[in-house]
Amino acid sequence: MADETRPTSSGAEGGGERTQSGDRGERRPPRAGGPGGPGGREGGRKYFRRKKVCKFCVEKIEAINYKDYRLLAQFVAESGRIVPRRLTGVCTPHQRRLSTAIKQARNIALLPFAGRAS
Amino acid sequence: MNRTYELMFIVRPDMAEEDQDKLISTLESAVSSSGGNVKNVEKMGKRRLAYMVRRFHEGIYILLTVEGGGALIHELERRLRVTEPVIKFLTVRTDEEEKRLEKIKKIRESRRKAAPPPAETGSETAAVTA
Repeated sequence: MADETRPTSSGAEGGGERTQSGDRGERRPPRAGGPGGPGGREGGRKYFRRKKVCKFCVEKIEAINYKDYRLLAQFVAESGRIVPRRLTGVCTPHQRRLSTAIKQARNIALLPFAGRAS
Repeated sequence: MNRTYELMFIVRPDMAEEDQDKLISTLESAVSSSGGNVKNVEKMGKRRLAYMVRRFHEGIYILLTVEGGGALIHELERRLRVTEPVIKFLTVRTDEEEKRLEKIKKIRESRRKAAPPPAETGSETAAVTA
């Protein structure tokens, strides 16, 4: 997660110091995939990261209800946890409502507490 | 004190249709006897549960929309708790949320009205009063 926030500075320093250990290449990029998961989100310098926007603001969805679990499931990771705002781009007021709705849906077994809905 | 609540509960998947109706009617009578009223009953059908509840993998979801006070909800929850086929329930208060949504809708409507020429206003006011 630290790679995600400032990928450029760590990349420049790490590449310079690790030349002694590497026997096949002088400058390998530090951890291409990273621990951040499958999205490949550590963009940094190479490609332009598109600005994330709040889905609820754009599509003008005001009612975030625990009953439409299909909508809520878009903001739940595969492990069952609520995806943080910094990854989804949801604005603060909507994330607040979203998290309460997800918790209510979990309570009535519409969404899992952990793991996938089997 | 008139508040609106949504009472969602899950009954066992092997419960017969008549038993469900009986359970719903007893709940309805309990509501009306303590001064509330049932706005809507919706049987959402059988659904797979996201996790195992009392060794069941699926359940029948039923949703009641109830108007009434807190004491009524307390009574309904007590009833659900002692009813054996009910495996899970959730009560959510909805009137404040509805109020908020209505407010937003009104604001949007007025903004929309301001932009185009007032051809649609007659139909819109009719819809509000209806």
